[in-house]
Amino acid sequence: MSTTSTTQTLSPSTSHEEPRSGTWDGGNEPFKASYGKLMMWFFLLSDAFTFAAFLTTYGLVRHRHLAYTGDHKDFVFSSAYWPIPDKVFNSFPGLHGMDLPLAFVALMTMILIFSSVTMVLAVEAGHRMDKADVQKWLLWTLLFGATFVSCQAWEWSHFIHGTDHGLKMLDGTTFFGANLHANEYGPVLFADLFFFITGFHGTHVFSGLCLLAYCFIATTNGTFEKRGHYEMVEKVGLYWHFVDLVWVFVFTFFYLV
Amino acid sequence: MAANIPTNAQVQGGIGTAAPHIGHDAHHDEHEHHDQHWLFKYVFSQDHKVIAKQFLITGIFWAILGGTLSSLFRLQLGWPESTMEWLTPFLGKWIEAGKLNPEFYLALVTMHGTIMVFFVLTAGLSGTFSNFLIPLQVGARDMASGFMNMLSYWFFFLSSIIMFTSLFLETGPASAGWTIYPPLSALPQAIPGSGAGMTMWLVSMALFIISQLLGGVNYITTVINLRTRGMSMSKLPLTIWSFFLTAILGLLSFPVLFSAALLLIFDRSFGTSFFLSDIYIAGQALPNVGGSPILFQHLFWFLGHPEVYIVIMPAMGMVSEILATNSRKPIFGYRAMIGSLMGISLLSFVVWAHHMFITGMNPFLGSVFMFLTLIIAVPSAVKTFNWLATLWRGNIRFTTAMMFSIGFVSLFISGGLTGIILGNAALDIQMHNTYFVVAHFHLVMGSSAFFGLFAGVYHWFPKMFGRHMDEKLGYIHFWLTFLGVYLVFLPMHYVGIAGFPRRYYAWTGFDTFSQFADLNKFISVAAILAFFAQFVFIINFFYSIFRGRRATENPWNSTTLEWTTPVSPGHGNWPGEIPAVYRWPYDYSKPGAAEDFIPQNVPYSQTQSSNLPYERDME
Repeated sequence: MSTTSTTQTLSPSTSHEEPRSGTWDGGNEPFKASYGKLMMWFFLLSDAFTFAAFLTTYGLVRHRHLAYTGDHKDFVFSSAYWPIPDKVFNSFPGLHGMDLPLAFVALMTMILIFSSVTMVLAVEAGHRMDKADVQKWLLWTLLFGATFVSCQAWEWSHFIHGTDHGLKMLDGTTFFGANLHANEYGPVLFADLFFFITGFHGTHVFSGLCLLAYCFIATTNGTFEKRGHYEMVEKVGLYWHFVDLVWVFVFTFFYLV
Repeated sequence: MAANIPTNAQVQGGIGTAAPHIGHDAHHDEHEHHDQHWLFKYVFSQDHKVIAKQFLITGIFWAILGGTLSSLFRLQLGWPESTMEWLTPFLGKWIEAGKLNPEFYLALVTMHGTIMVFFVLTAGLSGTFSNFLIPLQVGARDMASGFMNMLSYWFFFLSSIIMFTSLFLETGPASAGWTIYPPLSALPQAIPGSGAGMTMWLVSMALFIISQLLGGVNYITTVINLRTRGMSMSKLPLTIWSFFLTAILGLLSFPVLFSAALLLIFDRSFGTSFFLSDIYIAGQALPNVGGSPILFQHLFWFLGHPEVYIVIMPAMGMVSEILATNSRKPIFGYRAMIGSLMGISLLSFVVWAHHMFITGMNPFLGSVFMFLTLIIAVPSAVKTFNWLATLWRGNIRFTTAMMFSIGFVSLFISGGLTGIILGNAALDIQMHNTYFVVAHFHLVMGSSAFFGLFAGVYHWFPKMFGRHMDEKLGYIHFWLTFLGVYLVFLPMHYVGIAGFPRRYYAWTGFDTFSQFADLNKFISVAAILAFFAQFVFIINFFYSIFRGRRATENPWNSTTLEWTTPVSPGHGNWPGEIPAVYRWPYDYSKPGAAEDFIPQNVPYSQTQSSNLPYERDME
């Protein structure tokens, strides 16, 4: 059934004619970015959809619950309505008993944003092929990142252990803190979502720290210097900024709104 | 800085450029591919062609399994009263007193769906052909990252192992349907299949999604960065456009399924209540409050709907290519074909809730989704008419691949028409969860995609294995499958219109449906025969790998770049320099040309007799 062509009247291989060579005409990188960097961008796009799904879930679930309508200063914890974040996240390590709404999380956020700044500096130092500066700024980024994760650990542990007063349950007992089944702050899903989404973000930060540590070691060993470029630092930088950006959204939804 | 970094393929290309006249072996000495250990050459290979074959053969394994499961439940549906004692050696305790265990019936349906949709028509279809054709048709030595490409297969393999193992669990595999709606799937105490089987389903799918992600970023970056000189986006074969857009769909929709799966894992294993609220099981109230099972449906179908296009679009691309080649005519409306693919891709993200017309959505929202859904008929019709116009007055060569491509168009039309019916919320409320829906999607996405897969295998087999598949067996396979599919799914529409519900183990309890006993038996006979017809293909496939008629370099007189490689291309695809591209891929039967096809790598200066006025400037 099939026909075979053995006689080729045309002999393309002998041609040395150049084809067109515009930005999208092939044979080049239309975005002026290597395949590795493109892949990182596409992965981040994909990951953004994962987070978007979680934040949509948060929005939907919160919408299904009643909002507190009374006066701000009369607010008490109850599983009947969604809590006011100011009242839940108002403690600060070492300052027990003081009402400091969102002070600690604001500090955490600042630290994470600072780590993005130092990351930019590391990438910039990589462009200059300045090994010492790359090391310095990577170390600062690692430090700020690790501080953020540690702050989150404190925040979680405080959230889990709860307030001094706790919540009176129907059976007369008092419940302190939070777990995945119950919490003193509000509806079950408030704590479920808090643990899940900040936990998922924290896992991302932790993975970022591992990647940064790898970059630091490879820089110190001169791997990138031998390779002639610090593109790996740039790719990890993209990831790190993305994780920062996601935190801005998480922060907005959980603490500000 | 980044611009200075040579890519994988540029490095390889550069070596090729440096020594364009040195033969095949010389090129390879520089790459050390001939000396590779067989383990790295055939098993942990980073060559896109080997990975494609791994996907294909794993896909065939899954397809046989998926088909077997469907034959088992068709036996139950066709002969509900008969004894199935003879199946005890295969199914063991799932046959109780000569009857198929009803729980296991649900497991069969669930696993059939999961296997066919994900493991065969996603991994087996786009995994095979995106891997095989993207580097060959865009003119690249390999994928952007061969290593990640290899990981993509092995994550799929791991996912396959876990899914396969779950079939042998004491409590059975997942049984809540391929859509795994909670609360049924979230509560182990609800059905046995929601126990360990469901956990393994979720773990397996999470790995599957990682595999898709690794593959997807590779396909996209390869198409963007590794096109050969001259291969602009408007000179890409339609296959590449369809794989490219499919990969984008997968990249954006699978992560949402990942989110849903992760939330469900937490609900199942750690006691959260994301999808659960106010549930009583055996009179006992569960403590979970506040969640929403409808939320899961939204998340699931945000993947689930693009998923059906992930399944069908690669088939559309390959069919476009095969129809043009074998009609010896340019594809009709090349740009309209690309535009309609883009339209379908875009729309696929905004129609998911048409799967949820009866799950308690605001009717106004339902009308919005209905409106958007019906718009999909426009790009689909553009594609269909373009295929028909390509065939019109063509110099048709009825190769086996061509038969399956024409079959694809036929099935796509038949199945697509009922999509217009089901897209209407008012009609869907009557039809939903009847066999009408089953018939619809099996024609339009199941069978069509299978036909695209077969067409692709028959067409590109010579490039994969350097041999042809047997044509006579191919025709037998085609006619048995084509007739089989219609004999199964046409009557199924009728049963569905009568209201026969999906997922019922037996209808014998309802007098209304007993009149359909004969029709159900007929469907079962046709389905089982069509399943056995596939062994003609399998025998042909494996026999032809070793004993098939030897192929030439370009057996179909095709224009695209993969046919400019040697009969069995090595790692790196072209022994010398990668060819440059000067023209679009559909110069078939061009008036004035010496032959009825002009390959993409022939410059206009060599075809002066056939150049059109505007092409003279490019000579």
